[in-house]
Parts: sequence; C-alpha cells; structure tokens
Amino acid sequence: MREEMDNQEVLLTAEHLHKEFDGTVILKDMNLSVKRGEVIVIIGPSGCGKSTFLRCLNGLETIQGGKITLDGETVESGGKGIAGLRERIGMVFQSYELFPHKTVLQNITLAPTKVRKIPRGEAEKEALELLERVGLEEKKNSYPRQLSGGQKQRVAIVRALAMHPDVLLFDEVTAALDPEMVREVLDVMLSLAQQGRTMLIVTHEMSFARAVADRVIFLDDGEIVEEGKPLEFFDHPKTERAQRFLNTFTYAKVEK
Amino acid sequence: MVEFGLLQNFGFDVLFKGSNMLRLLQGLWVALRISLISVALSIGLGLIVGAVMTLKNPVIKAVTRVYLEIVRILPQMVMLFLVFFGTTRIFGWNLSAELSAVIVFTFWGTAEMADLVRGSLISIPRHQYESGAALGMTLPQIYRYIVIPQTVRRLIPLSINLITRMIKTTSLVMMIGVVEVLKVGQQIIEANRKASPNAAFGVFATVFALYFIACWPISLLAKQLEKRWKDA
Repeated sequence: MREEMDNQEVLLTAEHLHKEFDGTVILKDMNLSVKRGEVIVIIGPSGCGKSTFLRCLNGLETIQGGKITLDGETVESGGKGIAGLRERIGMVFQSYELFPHKTVLQNITLAPTKVRKIPRGEAEKEALELLERVGLEEKKNSYPRQLSGGQKQRVAIVRALAMHPDVLLFDEVTAALDPEMVREVLDVMLSLAQQGRTMLIVTHEMSFARAVADRVIFLDDGEIVEEGKPLEFFDHPKTERAQRFLNTFTYAKVEK
Repeated sequence: MVEFGLLQNFGFDVLFKGSNMLRLLQGLWVALRISLISVALSIGLGLIVGAVMTLKNPVIKAVTRVYLEIVRILPQMVMLFLVFFGTTRIFGWNLSAELSAVIVFTFWGTAEMADLVRGSLISIPRHQYESGAALGMTLPQIYRYIVIPQTVRRLIPLSINLITRMIKTTSLVMMIGVVEVLKVGQQIIEANRKASPNAAFGVFATVFALYFIACWPISLLAKQLEKRWKDA
C-alpha cells in the first residue's frame, strides 16, 4: 500500500547497536533504518529488550557499541547536542509521566515555550487545537490526577506532538490502561499514522499492530529475529521463535 | 482581709505590675530572634547540604550520615553546653550565649532540613526527569521547571513543622544564660514570690499563650499551602 516509501529518505538509523548493563548483554548487533513516514511496530516477549531499544534511540540509555543517527546526526546519551536531537524525537511512556504540578495546558506548553521558545499565546493556541483533536479541550485546566488513564495518555501524546517531532516513540503506551481505555489511545495513534507520521511503536496489541504497521519487527533475547510486512508476519511467520510467540496469543477451544 | 480576685487567684495580676508584660514580650522577641536567624540559616544551608546528600559519592554519603546521626542523638541542651561552656577553655573562644544558641540551632536545623530536602528530592521519580529530557529539555531546565517546583511543594509543609519545633526548642537557651521569655517569666515569679504566690500559673500560662501565638500562624500557613497544592 505504501510502495512509494522505498525511495524515501532514511530518517533514523541504528547500526550494530550493542547495549549491556552490568555485564549482561541486553541488545546485540541491532540494525534498523526507519524511513520518513514509516510506522514500525516492535513486538516480542517481555524482557526481550524492546523498551530498552526504544530508549536507546533518544539517548535515554547509554549504548556500549554501534551508532544511532537522526538525519545523519549522531544520537549519543550525554552528548553535546542531545537535547536538540530529543526535541525532534518525541516519546510517550507507559506510565504517562505528566507533570503533576501543572495543568493539562501547562504540561503541553512547557517544552514549546521553554525549549522551542515560541510565545505563550501561540503555544497555547496550538495546544488547544491538538487537545481538540484528541477530544480533551474541556480538560485544559484540569490537573493530571483528575484525569483517567486513557485521558492522561492522550495528553501525553499531545505533549509530545506539540514539539513537532520528526519521529514518535511509543513505549507500551496502553499496557497500564484498562481495556476500555486502550481503544481511545490506539485510535489517536492510528490517526497519527494516517497523517504520515514516522512512528516506532512497542506494543502487545497484536490486532492494532497488524492494522497500523508498515513493518513489524520481532525482537527476542536482544536481537531482531524476524521482520516483515504485518500481514506476512502475522499470518506466515518464518521463524520458529516468532511462531511460538504469536501462538501465545491464540487459544484452542476447550473440548467438553 | 484582702479580697482575692480572679486575676490574683490565678496569679495573672503580676503581669500588670510595672513593665512586666513588656519585659515578657521583649523576652519573646529574644527567643524569636534566635529562632528566626537559625531558621533562615538552616533553610539556606539545608538546601545546599540536602542537594549534596543526593550525590552518589560514598564519602559524602558517610559524612552526611554521621552528621545527621550526631544531631539526632545528641540532646540540644548538651550541644548548647558544649558550644557555650566547652569551647571557652579548650579553644579560648568567648562566644556570647546568643551566638552559641544560633550556632547550635543552625547545626541542628541544617541537618534536619537537609534530610527533608534529600527526601523530597529523591521522591521525584526518575521518569519525571526522563519525560522532561524526552521533550528536549536540558538538565537545568528539568530542575527549574519540573523537579524543583515539585520538591518545594513536598518540602514546605515539612519544613514549617521543623520551624515550629525550632521556635519551641529555643526555650532551652535560658540554660546558658540567655534572658528570653521563659527566663523573664521566672524572674517575674521570683520577684513577686511574697506579693503574688500564685504568679507561677499566670506567668507560665502567659508564656504558653505567647508561644502559641508565635507558632499557630505558621501552622495555619502550612495547612493553607497544603490545601492549595493538593492538586499538584
């Protein structure tokens, strides 16, 4: 469906990425290149390193080998231009992490006014437009603790969007939500994908992954085991490990 | 036969003799002056020491730990005696009683304040720093807009509690000869032993009321701030 993507520019790359912590190897020789407008879903068993991989991509984790680049610039934790690069890599966390002492509107406008230095009025205008798109404009003066989990996560997405990032990273953003709230968050993400945003999504929602992904990456034990188009991957996984993983999501009918 | 009135029965009459009430208020001012100077110094130093205590350096950790334990274990009165009487011979220092009191209360207050600052700082989850960083904020910006405002909100009710404790504890400084409100009270009682044998009740009750008037507004302020920041 998105054949034109093949000749589009590469935005984000990871080359031979190696990450270890206290002698334990967490990611080994990871290679990935993300094209502008591409939506990549990363799945895998828990503890496989998928969240760590995402956190490496915006320098929240140090890496022990390899290289990450955004538009040709090296992303390095603690590096000189890291704040400037992170501005362009939005991230949404599983636990929302809104700022509890600020209202919804202040949460969204803080970074645009302080980091991008745009005037408050302008930042607020844009924040309200974005809030309206996720159906939360009437919550602009609420504090995070007054919101439901799904509402908090939608605000967190808006907060990331307000920085006009080139790439968005989603780290299991629905894992902490009640089932009925998962949908409202996934719908927002689907509409972002439709707008042509570049996104990397770590998730356990398989039917959502199938719907939203241009490419699925299956991670196990710190390495990429298989990758492919969603329909191929979900219907005909090539590797035994991927088959086993996908089987954990299906149940055989109980015979009575 | 002298007719005993209510004021005399409870010993409040001495307060209206001469300038006794004024003297008590002057004594209160001495107590408050010592505590306010100590509180101001303790807050300033406590903020710095508390921030230093969050560093992972093992030497700093050990030193501050020992400091805090000493302050917690040692009774304030022993510290007062040590600084006021002890240093005179050993170091040849001739510290005034009031200065000794300020030194001891600042030494104590700084440790307590630093521990409150440390506790409030480490109670801010790591994810708050990360979500600021993920938005492209620099570390100074993260502290200024995210960490410090949240720390202050947690800190204020706790430090107000410490301030009232420090004001109350200044009553100990009469033991090293500072003529503060409690000492003035004793002097008034002594001077009127014959004429008003019940003065002890009236005078100490008044001292109690004066401490109450000094500390109550601070407690109210703490409650008010807690209510205002409940949302945060």
